[in-house]
Amino acid sequence: MTAEVQPSRSVPVQSPTLSDLFLHFMLISAVAFGGVLPWARRKLVEERRWLTEREFLDTLALCQFLPGPNIVNLSIAVGARFRGLPGSIAAFLGILGLPCFIVVILGALYSRYGNLPAVGGGLLAVSAAASGMILAMAGKIATPLLRRRPFESAPVIAAVFVAVALLRLPLPWVLLVAAPVSMGISFLRRP
Amino acid sequence: MKGSGALGALAVNFLILSLLAFGGANAVIPEMQRQAVEVQHWMTGAQFATLFAIAQTAPGPNVMVVTLVGWQVGGVLGAAVATAAMMGPSWVLTFAVFRAWDKFKYQPWCMAIQNGLAPVTVGLVASSAFLLARDADRDTIAFGLTAATAALAYWTRLNPLWAFGAAAIVGIAGFS
Repeated sequence: MTAEVQPSRSVPVQSPTLSDLFLHFMLISAVAFGGVLPWARRKLVEERRWLTEREFLDTLALCQFLPGPNIVNLSIAVGARFRGLPGSIAAFLGILGLPCFIVVILGALYSRYGNLPAVGGGLLAVSAAASGMILAMAGKIATPLLRRRPFESAPVIAAVFVAVALLRLPLPWVLLVAAPVSMGISFLRRP
Repeated sequence: MKGSGALGALAVNFLILSLLAFGGANAVIPEMQRQAVEVQHWMTGAQFATLFAIAQTAPGPNVMVVTLVGWQVGGVLGAAVATAAMMGPSWVLTFAVFRAWDKFKYQPWCMAIQNGLAPVTVGLVASSAFLLARDADRDTIAFGLTAATAALAYWTRLNPLWAFGAAAIVGIAGFS
């Protein structure tokens, strides 16, 4: 989290209405291919100026701290910040409504045409590519961690991978052990 | 389409996953897959990998795979149940916590929690990649697609849709 010197909003903005929240979160979801966060930052910070860069990063840190899909948590926090409970509902429906509709349509097409060899082959190839994208994502979060705190993070990464990917242990048990141990390590060896 | 028993199982599964999803939806893919394929037998591993691919090619949050798993199990109602169950608990938490966040975000214990969760998340996301690749990579071509996409996404800022499109063409050409 870098605390760059950020001028306060260059243009004063009115706080968004419920329909603003719904509409703009829907617009974010509609263009957000391959990760929503960059699009959300652009919309909320640069275009609408509802949040400063700093406020965006702070809210994002909260959403990463809590369980749940980060971008959905972000929409809830931003909606609640401006319009309370109704605002959080409006932003939430905005970010999820259209994508839900689209994937159900795609799912229906898949169950109808998925048996065609060309479609099945194409989708399996895309899933191979998608797993590569997730691998890159793991690499991108791992790189700064391993660079900054190799001795604290590498054993935890390896242990969680063995437990979950190789031994296929249930996630609740893995988290119950790994999370407190890892938090304890980073508390005891805090910089 | 299965009965209300399956809807109940969907709801319980995703309510629990919602509370475990530190690091977002990609961190709980291994558990989602374990439940859907190995425990509940809702689908095969290859079907799960395909649903994941469909969710990735659609716009929107990557949590959309939850909606698709629900849809596969119980149609539109299943999709609604799974999505609501996955979002409900984290919604309540976010709403409850966000006002207090400014007060405790720089406390040592809070930083320790954040720093401690980060490597756990990396281990989980790496597991997701491994398990999805295991089900999708049936031949060397598929394995090559995984490796090439990983390299592109790690070292360049190219939109992943390009890699998906290229993979689709390779897949269609290979099977027709």
